[in-house]
Amino acid sequence: MTRPLKLAALLLLVIVLFGLSLGCGKVWVPPGAWFSSDPRWWIILELRLPRAVLGLALGATLGLSGAVLQGYLRNPLADPAVVGVSSVAALGAVAAIIFGIGSGFAIFVAAMLGAGGAVAMLAALTWRSPSAITFILAGTVLASLAGALTAFLISIAPNPYAVAEVIDWIMGALTDRGWDDLALALPPMLVGAVLLLLTGRALDALSLGEAAARSLGIRMGRVRWQVVLGTGLVVGAGVAVTGVIGFVGLVVPHLLRPIFGHRPSDVLLPSALGGAALVLAADSLVRLAPGVGEVRLGVAMALIGAPFFLGVLIRERGRAWI
Amino acid sequence: MDLIVDALSVKLGKRIVLHDASAHLRPGRVTAILGPNGAGKSTLVKAAAALVGRAGGCVRLDAQDVATMDPRVRARAIGYLPQDATVHWNIVARDVVALGRLPHLGAHAAPSPEDRAAVDRAMHDTETTHLADRPVGELSGGERARVLLARVFAGEPRWLLADEPLASLDPAHQIDLLARLRTYAAGGAGVAIVLHDLVQAQRAADDALLIAEGRVVAFGPVAEVMTADTLARVFGVRVAPLDDVSGLGEGGGTRRLLVPVGRIDAA
Repeated sequence: MTRPLKLAALLLLVIVLFGLSLGCGKVWVPPGAWFSSDPRWWIILELRLPRAVLGLALGATLGLSGAVLQGYLRNPLADPAVVGVSSVAALGAVAAIIFGIGSGFAIFVAAMLGAGGAVAMLAALTWRSPSAITFILAGTVLASLAGALTAFLISIAPNPYAVAEVIDWIMGALTDRGWDDLALALPPMLVGAVLLLLTGRALDALSLGEAAARSLGIRMGRVRWQVVLGTGLVVGAGVAVTGVIGFVGLVVPHLLRPIFGHRPSDVLLPSALGGAALVLAADSLVRLAPGVGEVRLGVAMALIGAPFFLGVLIRERGRAWI
Repeated sequence: MDLIVDALSVKLGKRIVLHDASAHLRPGRVTAILGPNGAGKSTLVKAAAALVGRAGGCVRLDAQDVATMDPRVRARAIGYLPQDATVHWNIVARDVVALGRLPHLGAHAAPSPEDRAAVDRAMHDTETTHLADRPVGELSGGERARVLLARVFAGEPRWLLADEPLASLDPAHQIDLLARLRTYAAGGAGVAIVLHDLVQAQRAADDALLIAEGRVVAFGPVAEVMTADTLARVFGVRVAPLDDVSGLGEGGGTRRLLVPVGRIDAA
């Protein structure tokens, strides 16, 4: 099968899962009711459609940023969570909730500031030594620092309601997100995705190592800005409206490499489509859980992702990563 | 197009790695860069490819300073084969070779027939055509070294700088690879290679650049520079002459090679 055919198949899968995501939930809305005067149409328009669009955008940007980070760091275990951007963005949002300025817009701004801060710190920490190891170390340190600060904020929360809200939010979900959330999140996601897609060729060159890539005329400084800014924008926006949903960026490029080849630029677009498919599928599944509530998407993703992460570690054991 | 190293000094961290190094490398010839470990050979090559900053002096291609050239223009002029032969993803060999064309591609243009022809030529010249569809992770060390050399050839640079290309190759492959570099130089390009093997350097190089402790000790045609005295001084080794009577030496007759056979104890 040629690459365009494979991409078309993947796109078809995304479209089918998008339709499924509109249809399924606590109330099944058959396609026949979508375009009639059926009252369930409002469920689609006001609840399911924004949720599905958000799932699509979130999955696509998470998959893409994972593929770009893995290519840039030449490390198959990289994803936005590993380099600390997600955690710091979450810290920003948690701070907004705890300090009682928890309107949707304030949380969004706080998470974007967090992501921006993480990105700026990563850039500053790795400025002199652009090697992949420094980047990962700096990211790991950022992630644990953000985790500690988040726990600290929770411990000084003024009342149990704030704690409940924070925990609910950290788990990550697409539940009850509306068009106004989308209006906030989509622009940074789009800009970030474009920046990330521009890195393809540089990532290919980087597979020969940094010196060889530079000798091929790649401007490493520019590439780093594209990666760091693009990741900050898409992850900040994603965390801001959905909470922390991990593992998509890690898992998806791995699943697609055997199909689309290992060349980093060949994995970018498929990872965006695959990420969208994964998030849409998982978000449809969590709604089908019996009872009134639903499994949190972030929790479901971790349940799928963590064993996969371990599997990758075991399979690639003994290989030099960097 | 000459590669001129002019009073070049390079600092890595606080250490001065190259000190006031000068040499005038000419195209059409193979220049071997030799010296003990830590002498600054790799740094010299990296500075020539503008991969490290410098503390003083400059490296020029004719009149043009390599450090101020546009990166893509420089990449078309200077091909650099790093010492590290790692390919980080399991990319198929042909795609690895095609990376050499990156400096020639338009911003988002697909490879042109010319690019494809250059890749084909490079793979033919390095006898890697049959490996085209194999993932590099499955290749042997020698095969991968040839694919990576093809990557540099594909860019058709006027100067080819290779950092220890013989590492991890068996003797037969070492001789093959040096022969390919000689052929490339014979086509009018300049070739400069960092070598550790003194015998191979005498076999394959036209000129030798000897470095010790960050300073250029000697530079000139191999026969004049690589004498028993100089090798003893620079490397601290005793050499014994070996006459290669195969008739393959320049001039067709016997060729005398100096082979390191022991250490000279410091007096």
